[in-house]
Amino acid sequence: MATNRLSEPSRTRQIAVPTATVAILLVVWELVVRMGFVPNFLLPSPTQVVSALVTDVQLLASHAGTTILEAVLGLAIGVAVGFVAAVLMDRFETIYLAFDPLITISQTIPTVAIAPLLVLWFGYGLAPKVILIVLTTFFPVAVSLVSGFRSVDPDMIDLMRTMGASDLQIFTQVKLPAALDQFFSGLRISATYAIVGAVISEWLGGFNGLGVYMTRVRKSFAYDRMFAVIILISLLSLLLMKLVDLLERVCMPWKHVEGK
Amino acid sequence: MPELEKTPVEGGGVIPALEALDLTLSWDGGEHIVARGISLWVNNGEIVCMVGKSGCGKTTILHALSGLTKPLEGKVLLRGEDFTGRPGSVSYMLQKDLLIPSKRIIDNVCLPLVIKGTSKREAHKFAAMLFERFGLGGTERLWPSQLSGGMRQRAAFLRTYLQGNNVALLDEPFSALDAITRVDMRSWYCEMARSLQMASVVITHDVDEAVTMADRIYVLKGTPSAGVPTTIAGEICVQRDEAMAAGNVTDFSLTPEFVSYKRQVLDLLEDDEVR
Repeated sequence: MATNRLSEPSRTRQIAVPTATVAILLVVWELVVRMGFVPNFLLPSPTQVVSALVTDVQLLASHAGTTILEAVLGLAIGVAVGFVAAVLMDRFETIYLAFDPLITISQTIPTVAIAPLLVLWFGYGLAPKVILIVLTTFFPVAVSLVSGFRSVDPDMIDLMRTMGASDLQIFTQVKLPAALDQFFSGLRISATYAIVGAVISEWLGGFNGLGVYMTRVRKSFAYDRMFAVIILISLLSLLLMKLVDLLERVCMPWKHVEGK
Repeated sequence: MPELEKTPVEGGGVIPALEALDLTLSWDGGEHIVARGISLWVNNGEIVCMVGKSGCGKTTILHALSGLTKPLEGKVLLRGEDFTGRPGSVSYMLQKDLLIPSKRIIDNVCLPLVIKGTSKREAHKFAAMLFERFGLGGTERLWPSQLSGGMRQRAAFLRTYLQGNNVALLDEPFSALDAITRVDMRSWYCEMARSLQMASVVITHDVDEAVTMADRIYVLKGTPSAGVPTTIAGEICVQRDEAMAAGNVTDFSLTPEFVSYKRQVLDLLEDDEVR
């Protein structure tokens, strides 16, 4: 008898389908440009973009180094700030009530609107860029951690109390491991924000970094280089997300075992 | 009907492992009384069941016995010592096994020892000796998600046992298991608890479970949500012959005695909806 149950697509299919989609899009893009449907000065072809990427690889690597430094520094501080904020909000109800709406409101302020102010206040150095990244990355981490801490079964807390556990033991043994899953979801989002945040902050002032490079090539109408740097930014974001995935596998080995 | 023996201290000179004296319990600090006049006791190696319909406050009573909540009136004594409102002295096990997914079975089981300050290494060494006895041999390094429901419940029971003081409070411990596993686990638990001389207070709304497992049954009656506080409607002493007491609860459930005890419990629950 036929069954309507949906089965999980095979691993090969999971890789082949999106790869084929991207390949088709690239071929169509290449053809559209080569056949002159879109003027070449407006849209470079994929081969021109790859060529620009290869030609400028050393320059791009130097700018990317600055951007990565800002992103990693900002992300690390953002995670630390998010962690402390989440712990305090979980531990003290008053802090939660006081800061929960403020944190949410802070995320409605567009990054591009704050960036010039930060440049004005902190100059063109590393500080305003790192601050902007901290502001954008701490939110997903704080929110996911608070939600993770609160997701713990109250019966589990009662059970720990019957064992005579202190608040600190309940936190380290139960709450923190329970929040890890949501923490890594938040960290994955923060990782992408970190690179994008760094680039945005570089647009508005600075001497080095992919955002600075991007502004320069845009002003010289070198769109093939512009696309090259966009691809590099995407690759860096993907790389950072992959690193978060690896970190998750190391920190949560129980998540990847086969259940009974 | 067997003769009831309510106060073993008097005359016999035996101090119960756990004893509740005239507890009055509330959900909201006194305005809403959940249970009144709750007095019960349990000896070493004895299994006592509390039966009552859902919502009658069984868990509230168990919370007071564990020290998680303080009764409005009355005392809870652990081997004669007052520990009312002081958690951490008796073991507690719920229907959910509550194993921490991020800890291997050995670490889950050792949690009460580690919390009390035993080093992880010492705790592992001590607990490892009990794994075979509890039917958990070979599962030490597995994660909880790799165990079946029955095995997880065994691990939860070993953790309960390691909480110490040999007094266990069990809140519908087998209700989350499938019917066949539940019957096996009941037999297994009775055998283990008696051989370890563990005093157990089990709450259940399943009359069959109470009669098959218990040495004594406290029948609870009342509807706190309708303003009628729960009280102990009666106490039934279940006597089995030696073969049955050894833990073969399945055979006992097929005897005329079983039906007679069940009738007594149901009569006491009379106005409730358990039937």
